[in-house]
Amino acid sequence: MQENCAIELKNIRKTFGFVVANDEINLKINRGEILCLLGENGSGKTTLMNMLSGIYQPDSGEIFKDGEQVAIRSPRDAYGLGIGMIHQHYHLVDVFTAAQNIILGLENEKMDLGAVNDKVKDICDRYGFHVDPKMKVYDMSVSQKQTIEIVKVLYRGAEILILDEPTAVLTPQETDKLFAVLRNMKKDNKAIVLITHKLAEVLDVSDKVAILRKGKYIGTVNTKEATAQSLTDMMVGRAVTLNIDRPVYDNPKDRLEIKGLTVVDNEGINKLTDVSFTARTGEILGVAGIAGSGQKELLEAITGLYPVKSGSIAFLNDDGSRNELVGKTPMQIRQAGVGMGFVPEDRLGMGLVGSMGMTNNMMLRSWRNGRSIFFNKKAPQSLADRVWKDLEVVTPSTEFPVRRMSGGNIQKVLVGREIASSPPVLLTAYAVRGLDINTSYTIYNLLTEQKMNGAAVMYVGEELDVLLQLCDRILVLCGGKVSGIVDARTVTKEQIGLLMTSVEGNTKEAKDE
Amino acid sequence: MSEKSKTPLFRLVKRVKGDMMSPRKALAIRVASVVIALILGSIPIMLTGANPVKAYGVIVVGSLSNAIYLKQTIKIAIPLLVCSLAIAPCFKMKFWNIGAEGQLMFGAICSAFFAINLGGKIPSFFILLIMAIAAALGGAIWGFIPGFFKAKYNTNETLFTLMMNYIAIGMVKWLQGGPWEGRKGTQLVPTFHKSTFLPEVFGVQCGWIIALILVIIVHIYMNYTKHGYEVAVIGDSLNTARYAGMNVGWIMMRTMLLSGALCGIAGFLILAGENHTINSALSGGVGFTAITVSWLSQLNAFVMIGISALLAIISKGSKTLNQRMGVPSSVAEIVSGILLFCMLGCEFFINYKVVFRKKSEKEVAA
Repeated sequence: MQENCAIELKNIRKTFGFVVANDEINLKINRGEILCLLGENGSGKTTLMNMLSGIYQPDSGEIFKDGEQVAIRSPRDAYGLGIGMIHQHYHLVDVFTAAQNIILGLENEKMDLGAVNDKVKDICDRYGFHVDPKMKVYDMSVSQKQTIEIVKVLYRGAEILILDEPTAVLTPQETDKLFAVLRNMKKDNKAIVLITHKLAEVLDVSDKVAILRKGKYIGTVNTKEATAQSLTDMMVGRAVTLNIDRPVYDNPKDRLEIKGLTVVDNEGINKLTDVSFTARTGEILGVAGIAGSGQKELLEAITGLYPVKSGSIAFLNDDGSRNELVGKTPMQIRQAGVGMGFVPEDRLGMGLVGSMGMTNNMMLRSWRNGRSIFFNKKAPQSLADRVWKDLEVVTPSTEFPVRRMSGGNIQKVLVGREIASSPPVLLTAYAVRGLDINTSYTIYNLLTEQKMNGAAVMYVGEELDVLLQLCDRILVLCGGKVSGIVDARTVTKEQIGLLMTSVEGNTKEAKDE
Repeated sequence: MSEKSKTPLFRLVKRVKGDMMSPRKALAIRVASVVIALILGSIPIMLTGANPVKAYGVIVVGSLSNAIYLKQTIKIAIPLLVCSLAIAPCFKMKFWNIGAEGQLMFGAICSAFFAINLGGKIPSFFILLIMAIAAALGGAIWGFIPGFFKAKYNTNETLFTLMMNYIAIGMVKWLQGGPWEGRKGTQLVPTFHKSTFLPEVFGVQCGWIIALILVIIVHIYMNYTKHGYEVAVIGDSLNTARYAGMNVGWIMMRTMLLSGALCGIAGFLILAGENHTINSALSGGVGFTAITVSWLSQLNAFVMIGISALLAIISKGSKTLNQRMGVPSSVAEIVSGILLFCMLGCEFFINYKVVFRKKSEKEVAA
């Protein structure tokens, strides 16, 4: 097949301060092809594509479209060149209909919704979408919203589509549908760029893979000739083993018993409905679900940060006595002697103080100790030194603001502090989000270590492959309800995918023991 | 718009890790901003027909050159410094207390009540003590009210504290013309009894000692106490504070109590140290100027001494300028406005850098 080059990037360089996000990158994007842009978080994938969509401008380097040099100064310029990007975060107006959102911002478009509907239907038929132009955005699922974003770009006549991590919020089934659409577009001679770090998807859908590592262009390979291992090695820069150790703990006991837990948000909407389960010592209990299915609320309710409407959360002591946690503030839970580590999803917004150094962040757990009006800095200082050394945190000093560290190091500080006291219960939300492969494995090992020390670990995760390898059991949430609790050693990814989208799934065999 | 349009001439880039300006360069920019301010400030001075160099000289000489001038300058600086200290913990918490003026005024009202009713009846030491405590309590109440509503109902503290200012000033006006009025029709409260006057140390009211002690206390409070730590955590992230088990609402109220009490003490120092009576012009706007001082000193208590002194010098010097060269004092206010603008504005150039379009791109695009 003859290559039909739509966009060519030559020696593109982009820096933010001293950080080189993209360093002399050369890339060809061909029509009739799906190109995956693969790299770890922070390797510069999104930055590079943002320069094509007019959000950033390169410091140096040239962009050619069909052999002609162009300057892309704004998203409008990008549309003019037929380049459309679907971002990770959607930009839709909730109270508008699909059709209204699609024509939003088009100045010369007549507000003839009839004609718009026809054109939208035409696009949908061509690529196999399903869109109801009259549906309001607030009634849509995440996947429907994504569809609108894609149609929006096509409506503007885009020939080159860039999708930034489109599958992060989709179930396996929805992902398959999206890929079918992408294949149709490819047949229609569109150029498609898929930004991702999921290897399975790369191998499934793409024709070519371009790999970035730490802002540098490593190379492009034909997908047919690549394997998961070869791509990982290119991405990380050396050979990596992809197995997670999963030892069995001998004598598990019930530690945390949650019964009929229901929580309601500010607007009176149920975020969790009648959730019941038990977390055990020496076990990692995974929590799977589409983003926003109540994972955040579940962990925050257990730690006393989210008001509980009804139900019970009991901490079972070794001597068999129970501590009821509902109705207690986080401080009261601590004072009741219930040790709980919590690694929240929003690291800098909830778990840490960005402007402070490691030492003062260690103090978040111990600031209240002692009767003096002055805080004691000695204990947090020695803890900070220990975490710094043991977890190999890269920072110039323990006073260096954590906000200015890299994502992986920030997470090490947070996890390091939370496991420092070996809490009997350890709750983690998206503990490896945004981390490179090495740091992710460090975190998996730390969690497994805690589990073997007899902690009851809960792991809210988004990558099913990891959940299946790391956890002992997996709790699946769907719309704030428990749709199943399954044995992670026997269940398949597809079964979890089904549970993620329906509460009626078969949970008979799944019930523990 | 043509496809080959040029990339923008320049753009602003926020400085990030590893790219922060060196301290020396930052200092140079700050000094340069003062120089630019002086140059710009000479324009309004010249418009009044005066020689700007001479005028600047008069400002410095007229505020520092002899004991009388110096004393008056210090007098202006004292309440300004105390109010700036009061605001610092609120700002650290990102609680925008712009009600120092009102807290000062209400503190002064409470203080004046005792000055009027107890003046000359009990020993001076006790009456001053009672006045100070009353001022602190009054200011604390005035600060607590917006703090309470913010903590319980998440009201907007900026508007709330601002409006509270006008209530306090209005109350003083009413007292001046009503219950506390001296001779009918004067709209003035008679001068208090001598026993309510603060003693002098080195010829200046002893408030300067109190202010300097407060500098040290506030510095320690903000940097070494559990309270100070809580305030800093809340200022960075409310959710982190809740996560750490802090009682955010109570901490907000407590900090506002404290801030209001300090403002009240500033009111007491003006009342007992120099004014010796109460009127609606008592504060002279220090509650607002203190916001600038706090901000310029980046909440560092010791730097506040310098900034308050600088503003006091300009304020006192401009009065001398008016007397000696006939330059209206409003012109001096314009100059100090320009100075503050430049000093605050230069922070922008310390935190951002300007990147110009590269030559080669220009040729290509053209």
